[in-house]
Amino acid sequence: MQLIATPQSMSFAAALPLQSGASLRDYTLSYETYGSLNAAKSNAVLVCHALNASHHVAGVYEGQPKSEGWWDNMIGPGKPLDTNKFFVIGVNNLGSCFGSTGPMHTNPDTGQVYGADFPVVTVEDWVDAQARLLDALGIQTLAAVMGGSLGGMQALSWTLQYPDRVRHALVIASAPNLTAENIAFNEVARRAIVTDPDFHGGHFYQHGTVPKRGLRIARMIGHITYLSDDVMNEKFGRELRDAVLAQAKDTASALDTRDYKYSTQDIEFQIESYLRYQGDKFAEYFDANTYLLITRALDYFDPARAYGGNLSLALGRATAKFLLVSFTTDWRFSPKRSREIVKALLDNQREVSYAEISARHGHDAFLLDDPRYISVIRSYFESMEVSA
Amino acid sequence: MSVSAIGQALAELVPVGARVLDLGCGDGALLAHLKATRGCTGYGIEIDDTNVLACVQRGVNVIQLNLDEGLSMFEDASFDVVLQIDTLQNLRNAEVMLRETVRVGQVGIVAFPNFAHWPNRLSVLRGRMPVTRRLPYQWYNTPNIRVGTHADLGLLAHACGLKVIDSFGIQNGEVQRFAPNLLAGTSVYKLTR
Repeated sequence: MQLIATPQSMSFAAALPLQSGASLRDYTLSYETYGSLNAAKSNAVLVCHALNASHHVAGVYEGQPKSEGWWDNMIGPGKPLDTNKFFVIGVNNLGSCFGSTGPMHTNPDTGQVYGADFPVVTVEDWVDAQARLLDALGIQTLAAVMGGSLGGMQALSWTLQYPDRVRHALVIASAPNLTAENIAFNEVARRAIVTDPDFHGGHFYQHGTVPKRGLRIARMIGHITYLSDDVMNEKFGRELRDAVLAQAKDTASALDTRDYKYSTQDIEFQIESYLRYQGDKFAEYFDANTYLLITRALDYFDPARAYGGNLSLALGRATAKFLLVSFTTDWRFSPKRSREIVKALLDNQREVSYAEISARHGHDAFLLDDPRYISVIRSYFESMEVSA
Repeated sequence: MSVSAIGQALAELVPVGARVLDLGCGDGALLAHLKATRGCTGYGIEIDDTNVLACVQRGVNVIQLNLDEGLSMFEDASFDVVLQIDTLQNLRNAEVMLRETVRVGQVGIVAFPNFAHWPNRLSVLRGRMPVTRRLPYQWYNTPNIRVGTHADLGLLAHACGLKVIDSFGIQNGEVQRFAPNLLAGTSVYKLTR
């Protein structure tokens, strides 16, 4: 039976101090929960989302059979993170555009829409906000915190900010910080948005515009980096778009696949068509200021920074048990970066397991159904003891 | 799965409460046994997906790593004991791994099939590579790419400047101290820097 998800929200009046020195007050967090909290309140698992996801982690909304949560293959009754055993919480992060307070909401100090004035939020700020939600839900200790990519950074940060509130951390396809190349990709995406004439310095809401061109390009760049070269070649190769269209209409003879258009601006290759489609789709629903905020949060995350770059010192605070997973063809968050976290945990004699999955799908693999990956996560949760 | 007779005999060489690194830990049975019976802590290193999964299933810490890429993830003397049970013979750089074992561990315990065990000698005398319970593979499909004897490992340890604390054979799950190079299917060395 399909799990039915119900979005909820909780408002917080007290100001949340942010790492930047600014603060947020009168904010709202959107969240969903699945399964039930046991009497000992010992079976809660927090699932943290990455760049373009939300609190809608699992299940579907009533009457909307196609509205599966972004990690529905992983979470639900009988699934690897089994909601028959665990009480699972998904939270939408501050600054996002899926319900929690973000740049498109009204700033209580000015009565104006935040827009570009929404304060810069960090992974640490998100974790603080998540902790306040758990306080409100009466949950002192998490059985586990879990996330992939940027979500993995939040899981890692939980073990450092609230070490006594986390028993297990599952850090998947993540990194202890971004490399220069990674920041570079983020910066290209941000420049695409900021230089779109429809952006209006981030106050485009008042102008009734949406910087869609910038968002499209940002998404195209992002999408390239989430896939592997192999998968892209296998999926699209050098196929020409119109030949593919002709084939679909059964008029293959009308178009010789060797005929180029000899145009610099028309869509020629199938990969171009795919990227434009992804970009168009994304620009319809994603907020430009949110994209800037979230990529910045990625850039800023660096728990070793306060320890002179020494990750082993930084992770000394963590007491949770860890499971790390990486994927061999993930070049955005490569296995090397996960191994850095593993090494820092080993240096601190922490309990850690690490699975390096030889998957072909690049960074996106963490959202897919590789049986080795899924089994490791399932086994980890199955062997996790939860007191009644 | 329970621990093999060889595993049981080797477990007794590991001090109670030791911090253990098990190189090529398989399904994690030995580590689980050491944890349960001797209060040991530590990690297994394993390359095979199925074995990694088995370790996670039994709650044994496992790091998925190719040992041929070395142990750079581990600091000097960061473990009381480093186990290398039936692993050495599968490694391309067996010599490097022997040195790494005693760099990372205060003590290294190495066990591997002894090719000088008399049934193997007989087989070779008859002109055929041995196929036994201990060495169940044919010459063309064996994962054992380093074929050595109890005596050979002693020489290699010496050449690497390692001290042999103890060495013996294991045959039928029993320690074999008399003429192990001839009478034992498994060779065991306890080494230190």
